[in-house]
Amino acid sequence: MKEIEEQEIQELESQEYFINMGPQHPSTHGVLRLVLSLDGEIIRKVEPHLGYIHRSIEKMCEHDSYQQIIHLTDRMDYLSCHMLNEAVCLGVENGLEVEIPERVKVIRTIISELTRLSSHQLWWGVMGMDLGAITTFLYGFRDREMITDIFEETCGARLTMSYNIPGGLMFDIHPNFQKRTKDFIVHFKKKLPEYDKLLSDNVIFRERTRGIGVLSKEDAISYGVTGPSGRGSGFSCDVRKHNPYSAYPKVEFREILREEGDCFARYKCRIDEMWESLNIIDQLIDNIPEGDYKVQTRTVIKLPKGEFYQKVETARGEFGVYIISDGMKSPYRLKFRSPGFSNLSALDKMSRGCKIADLVAIMSTLDLVIPDIDR
Amino acid sequence: MKFLYDFGYLTGSIHEWLSARMDPPVVTLVETIIVAVCFMILFAVLGLVLVYAERKISAFFQQRLGPMRVGKWGTAQTIADVIKLLFKEPLVNKDADKFLFNLAPYIIMISAFLAIAALPFAKGLHALDFDIGIFYVSAVSSLGVIGILLAGWSSSNKYSLIGAMRSGAQIISYELSVGLSLLTIIVLTGSLQLSTIVESQADGWWIFKGHLPAVIAFLIFMIASTAETNRGPFDLAEAESELTAGFHTEYSGMKFAFFFLAEFANMFIVAAIGATVFLGGWMPFYIGGFTGFNAVMDFIPPIFWFLGKVAFMIFMMMWFRWTFPRLRIDQLLTLEWKYLLPINLVNIVVMAFIGLMGWHF
Repeated sequence: MKEIEEQEIQELESQEYFINMGPQHPSTHGVLRLVLSLDGEIIRKVEPHLGYIHRSIEKMCEHDSYQQIIHLTDRMDYLSCHMLNEAVCLGVENGLEVEIPERVKVIRTIISELTRLSSHQLWWGVMGMDLGAITTFLYGFRDREMITDIFEETCGARLTMSYNIPGGLMFDIHPNFQKRTKDFIVHFKKKLPEYDKLLSDNVIFRERTRGIGVLSKEDAISYGVTGPSGRGSGFSCDVRKHNPYSAYPKVEFREILREEGDCFARYKCRIDEMWESLNIIDQLIDNIPEGDYKVQTRTVIKLPKGEFYQKVETARGEFGVYIISDGMKSPYRLKFRSPGFSNLSALDKMSRGCKIADLVAIMSTLDLVIPDIDR
Repeated sequence: MKFLYDFGYLTGSIHEWLSARMDPPVVTLVETIIVAVCFMILFAVLGLVLVYAERKISAFFQQRLGPMRVGKWGTAQTIADVIKLLFKEPLVNKDADKFLFNLAPYIIMISAFLAIAALPFAKGLHALDFDIGIFYVSAVSSLGVIGILLAGWSSSNKYSLIGAMRSGAQIISYELSVGLSLLTIIVLTGSLQLSTIVESQADGWWIFKGHLPAVIAFLIFMIASTAETNRGPFDLAEAESELTAGFHTEYSGMKFAFFFLAEFANMFIVAAIGATVFLGGWMPFYIGGFTGFNAVMDFIPPIFWFLGKVAFMIFMMMWFRWTFPRLRIDQLLTLEWKYLLPINLVNIVVMAFIGLMGWHF
């Protein structure tokens, strides 16, 4: 009798089942497919399946000239396209050993920070929407619109800008650029506290994010989680600080670090980073030096034989370009180190034992852009 | 215009007109049909008005315009959407339990119909006046959860099933709080009959007369009824970012529209109950001693008082939805069982004491 009872209990015990979250799902933000192993609502295992938007960009790069590669990088992390352009340009410029005018460096830095702001604004809106507060989405877009307008005036494109070319910029900045950027800073310094009021200080939001998806500093380092996601765990990994490029050595800013490593820490890191970005733009916008906006390079760029590596800090973390050149007009092999891929690898570690709703929160605080992961 | 102040004149004259021409059983039948048609029209109008209101209000909160193209100010947008839904193919999942799948939307609609029939809209405009009115309304409105559970179960979709299970846990829990917060006021009225409750507020609404416990009960009612109607921040059953669309993921066309319509009808029902019990139903707002002011308040017909209060409650619910993030399922249940329910029980005891001592106004 007792045996039968035990058998019944075993049968009644919950069994694991699988759910395909994605490739079409509202909160995977693209075509990411997660195979969740669930016990009721509790997540036992998360297995990301990639490849739904793989376009073999790295292979395509082997057949393109260095000017053309810039345009391919736009299509990876489309939200921080300027930084990706910059990474390739800096790599090529290092290889060619050309000296870049100060004006170019400053403009590149300003636009990088504007791109970072626009990316974080979009992330903030989507973060709120993932947690059920749909209104934040439109608030984020409202402020982002001003930045994309500035970009449109500067280079004609709003999202995939391709503003950098090896040796400088495609065009000089628009005469209105400084005025509009300053207007935006004044506007956004008023609006950023509103973000805190609406979402960060909300009791439900804090309950949903505090202590959820904890990633220790050791894990962050071993998984290579960089960017605000890594800094939320106390991993000091800001490329702008450790390997400064462009105009970053000249400006003063703080590297935002938090110790908790939970969703709220990662969230707060990004919000504080927005303040720092505003701070950096503030320092540079009035001090754009006069000079050329590009150095004339050869029409067909041929890098000397060798290996070149350049990393930059995108809105999501450390982005690296590794170029192996055999002296021809296109690279022999090119490898991108994308932050999204490494950040995603820590998802399983963070979300085990959480609920489905927590997984959504964790994914939003990692700020994944799927084309960046798949390339 | 006399009937605007007392619908008894209108309904009475219709009754007389019919009685003069037909036998009493036929009269009853005809009147029943008239009432049923009226409620169906009310349902349709509610759907149109509330969907439009939700769109415009959410647009207002989100600094955009909302629908503007179809009709003046986008007023015909909802009608256009209904026509679109009518023409859509009602897809049924291959593995779905077809009978239950088709039955579920109707159960939800029926529960909404049953509940709406017992509401006192204005003086003399009250289809069913039981002496257990409140009990009846809360009983039939909780039938809706069966529809949700059936929808989730029969869709043969794991997202739907999770959504339905969440919804079951949520509605059953929050039903308690809704019931208890209403009981807090019923302690004072001494009657479950909705018309008696409204009349007992002729000299002041219960939210003002019942001191602090009434206010607490009202707040709890607002929270719990928002949860009971499955609306944000308690929309876990649908939870777009987690479960795509929760229990109605697999529904399309008019069956989806039924779920949608039932949500808005339920919102109207809980708002109406709240307005009736806490905010004086169709009674005007009086301030003691201000005779001129009170006369002006009297001039506004009761039906507008009722609809105004309901609109206020619905606006509050929409405000919640477009502001707050969603709760997690365990937080939702913690909120109910660890906070709302104990507060409610203490509140009831305090209210009973106040009632016993006759300290209320």
